[in-house]
Amino acid sequence: MELLKKYPKLFQWLFLLAVFFALCFAIDVPETYKFIRGQAEFVKDPNQSTFVFLGKEVRYYAFDVFWRLPPLLGWLPIWINDSLFFLMNDWMPMEFWNEDTQEYKTRPLVLQITRNLTAFMTFLIELIREILLGGLETIVAFTSWDWIDANPWAELPGLPWTIVAAGSAILAYKLGGKGLALYALLSMTYISIFGQWKPSMQTLSFILVAAPLSFIFGLGLGVAAYKSKRVEKALYPILLVMQTMPQYAVLVPALVLFGVGDHAAVIITMIVAVPPMILLTLLGLRAVPPEVIEAGRMSGCNNWQLMSKVLIPTARRDILIGVNQVIMVCFSMAVISAFIGAKGLGFNLLLALNQLNIGLALEAGLCISLIAILLDKMSLAWANKQVDYFGNLNFFQRNKNSLFFGVIVIVGILLAYFGSIYFKDGYNYLFEVPHNKGISTADFWNKGVDWIFDTFFVYIKAFNTWLIVDVLQPMRALYLRMPAIATLVLVVGAGYLIGGVRSALVVCGLTLFIALSPWWDRALVTTYMATFGVLVSCTIGFTVGTLCFQNKHSTNFMLNVCDIFQTFPSFVYLIPVMMLFGITDTSVLIAVIVYATIPATRYTIEGLRSVPAGLHDAATMSGVTKFQRLFKIEFPLAFPHMMLGLNQTIVFALFMVIIGAFIGTEDLGQYILKALSDKKGAGIGLTLGICVAFIGLIFDNLIRTWVGKRKKHLGID
Amino acid sequence: MSEPVIKCQSVYKIFGANAEKMLKDSNGNVDAKTFQENGCIVGVNNASFEVSKGEMLVVMGLSGSGKSTLLRCISRLTDATGGKIFIEGQDLLNLNNKELIDLRRNKMGMVFQSFALLPHKTVLENIAFPLQIKGIKTEDSINKAMDMVKLVGLDGRENYFPRELSGGQQQRVGIARSLAVEPDIWFLDEPFSALDPLIRKEMQDEFLRLQEKLQKTIMFITHDFDEALKLADRIAIMKDGIIEQLDTPANIVLNPATEYVRKFTEEVPREKVLLIKDVMDETTTSDIGDLKVSKDEIIENVAEKILTQEKTVAVTDGKNNIVGSINPAKIINTVFGGRKNNH
Repeated sequence: MELLKKYPKLFQWLFLLAVFFALCFAIDVPETYKFIRGQAEFVKDPNQSTFVFLGKEVRYYAFDVFWRLPPLLGWLPIWINDSLFFLMNDWMPMEFWNEDTQEYKTRPLVLQITRNLTAFMTFLIELIREILLGGLETIVAFTSWDWIDANPWAELPGLPWTIVAAGSAILAYKLGGKGLALYALLSMTYISIFGQWKPSMQTLSFILVAAPLSFIFGLGLGVAAYKSKRVEKALYPILLVMQTMPQYAVLVPALVLFGVGDHAAVIITMIVAVPPMILLTLLGLRAVPPEVIEAGRMSGCNNWQLMSKVLIPTARRDILIGVNQVIMVCFSMAVISAFIGAKGLGFNLLLALNQLNIGLALEAGLCISLIAILLDKMSLAWANKQVDYFGNLNFFQRNKNSLFFGVIVIVGILLAYFGSIYFKDGYNYLFEVPHNKGISTADFWNKGVDWIFDTFFVYIKAFNTWLIVDVLQPMRALYLRMPAIATLVLVVGAGYLIGGVRSALVVCGLTLFIALSPWWDRALVTTYMATFGVLVSCTIGFTVGTLCFQNKHSTNFMLNVCDIFQTFPSFVYLIPVMMLFGITDTSVLIAVIVYATIPATRYTIEGLRSVPAGLHDAATMSGVTKFQRLFKIEFPLAFPHMMLGLNQTIVFALFMVIIGAFIGTEDLGQYILKALSDKKGAGIGLTLGICVAFIGLIFDNLIRTWVGKRKKHLGID
Repeated sequence: MSEPVIKCQSVYKIFGANAEKMLKDSNGNVDAKTFQENGCIVGVNNASFEVSKGEMLVVMGLSGSGKSTLLRCISRLTDATGGKIFIEGQDLLNLNNKELIDLRRNKMGMVFQSFALLPHKTVLENIAFPLQIKGIKTEDSINKAMDMVKLVGLDGRENYFPRELSGGQQQRVGIARSLAVEPDIWFLDEPFSALDPLIRKEMQDEFLRLQEKLQKTIMFITHDFDEALKLADRIAIMKDGIIEQLDTPANIVLNPATEYVRKFTEEVPREKVLLIKDVMDETTTSDIGDLKVSKDEIIENVAEKILTQEKTVAVTDGKNNIVGSINPAKIINTVFGGRKNNH
């Protein structure tokens, strides 16, 4: 009784666990139950039950309600799908003028709008692509094919790679100094020499369109949300879901709306990249000191002047960090949208992975990472750069970088011209190194992979078998053995104990959505993989973070490593694991672990670092040892921040598990991948995406509520 | 006398969801406690006063006393919940947005506690900012800003960024910016509170020098009673949103209206604050001595002279006419007497 009074929370948790296990043991596995491997929707099975809702027939295997809830939301994907098709093909047909056929044509409104939008995107991408690589689509867009046939001189020649490389080095120098300039020059040269120029520039042109557009929309919406509480409230749930929604899942509905190709990819990228931009804009504007705003008002600013001359410039740094985030998301999407036909490095990477040509994949992945790191560092340097005063410099000093670039352009063109004379018969290497004419290391890597496989095959195989048979299979079986009602009780109970009724209701709603969808079993598999990944990642991350924190240099080193790893598009992680472990669950899980360890490590270090220096001194003066300080002072205070790291780790792990479907897993991701090639996949893809997002949000809600309470309790913010 | 520049009539500022309705129901009888129980916080409670042209009113109060809120009502950075505010006869609360912006662009200047400079602009650009917002040509605004730089003694640093300046220098920029449009009314919200004591004293002297030259109508907010005594023509002492006493520094020191005000005055070295005219007798007696002192002298400066006299000392005005007398005993009484509660 004494104990009960002393630790009431502990006993509440024990009671919850007791109820959970009691339910698990009380409810038997139904005899007819088996994990459905195929896609049940299209197989007619006399054992299935059906129900009709909103005119849609939903087929499912009926079990005891306590074991698995019936898929009462099974109509939702079909319904979304039909609505989308109706919207695209039948809703509001209107007369539109058609340029090509010179006549009016009847077309549904939405179709017309999306087609115009995609045409505009295509034009933008082509414009930049042709500036970098040459071509004639842009000129044709303004004139006609006949005109270009008559005037072949008007074709855009494209920039020689030397100019682009030198130009990026100058920009890097201006933003971040000599080191960054050298990096820019080296990586651009590498890309050119190794024959990846064309796909790299295709990817770059994609990013140069997607990133500015996302920036503009994100900034605009962020400002709107800042000014109006109502807009913010309307945006908030979307932002929340988008943060935990696997980027993969957005592809499917966009496929229906915008078709296949670079333009669709740009639009999807915007959908994914705008939310972080909105959040950071909002954060930055909120952080502007109230007195600065009042000073602006007292200077007689109207609303527009206040926003453009006071608020946005003062919030500059946060907004530019938003730009950095946008660029990173764009890179991630540049690879993923290869699934819907975006050209560039991502497409090559995907192709190479499909053919199991690890060497080629590695080369493409390396190029993406090089450009990603370059743009990441450049945008960060821009964000941290202080404004300089130019008023008292003369024209030459002020414009030396532009002038220098002008000289570079002339030199580059001259070089390319001489090149065209020198390499008369073959390829003009001073203009562009063709894809298959560069130095390739693919064979070397492939041989390396073969060698590793031959040499270590026995060990890898043994490890693989052990992991799958002794760890993963039992864990998966345990997860699937949970009756739905027990899971629900556990989650809702946890919600109640952590955040009270409100939290309990929120997580109950989120869990019910998944439980009532047709994919509960799949969601359990996703959760089991994510849980395994998170457990290992957190163990590694917290340990590594704590160890590195003991020394200043190792702390900075580790943070830099995290920075660089975070820049790699998520797909790149699949290359080395496939190299070692082939196409197995082990590969996916190792990719998950590597990817999710980044936030775990980073937040551990940041959490430990945020412990106030005064407390350190106070502890030292009361004579604690290093261990006492770590366990009595640093861990308790850093713990809330480390829990936020756990939150991020879960999101990262979920993302990777879903991407792992590409290697072949049996979870929600597999269905998302299937939906991509399914004509009626839009609704399924979207609903699946929401399911994954909700898994993330359940944990997000629980952890955030706990952290909020804990921080309040400790009096830190 | 002409129209007062600033005129407040029972101004209320109450924060909370249904503040307006509660204020209406209370019939002007606002009790902070009842309001708090209903989720409203009283910022300013029935403030009425006038500030005439060229006068400096210092509003003094501890943190949370509502002094900054009062200033923000008068500059309309927040809208007052009740009452009327007139700026040069214009009803401030009835101005539309455009008129308000016009008023701020031409008539008002404000200095902030945390300086509130724009981090991305140089000293010169910061000072020129209100002018450029008004739509004045870049060249003219820069010239005008340069004059301001000289006025506050920052010449040579006009191309620095705020981050490169010390606190005192940053506040000089803030002062210059608030003066750039040549406003008639000058609001200063704890301008020197974030500065070190020595710099603070230097800035106060500088501020007095500027005011002598410019003769603005000023509302100055501070939590420092000594600063208030040093600068003010009149002082308003606030507590919990209520103006406890509004009077000249001398009257506040000599006749504190409430127990709260008395606590501030107890520690004040009166001989440094009071003038001869504040303590003299307006009558002249027959046994007057030869020594004459001006009525505008601070007591401290002439105390020694007066105390060495046996007889009553004559007090003169600027034209050397005798307007009163002062007995040495009165000086002793002023400096050492009237502090019963202290020991």
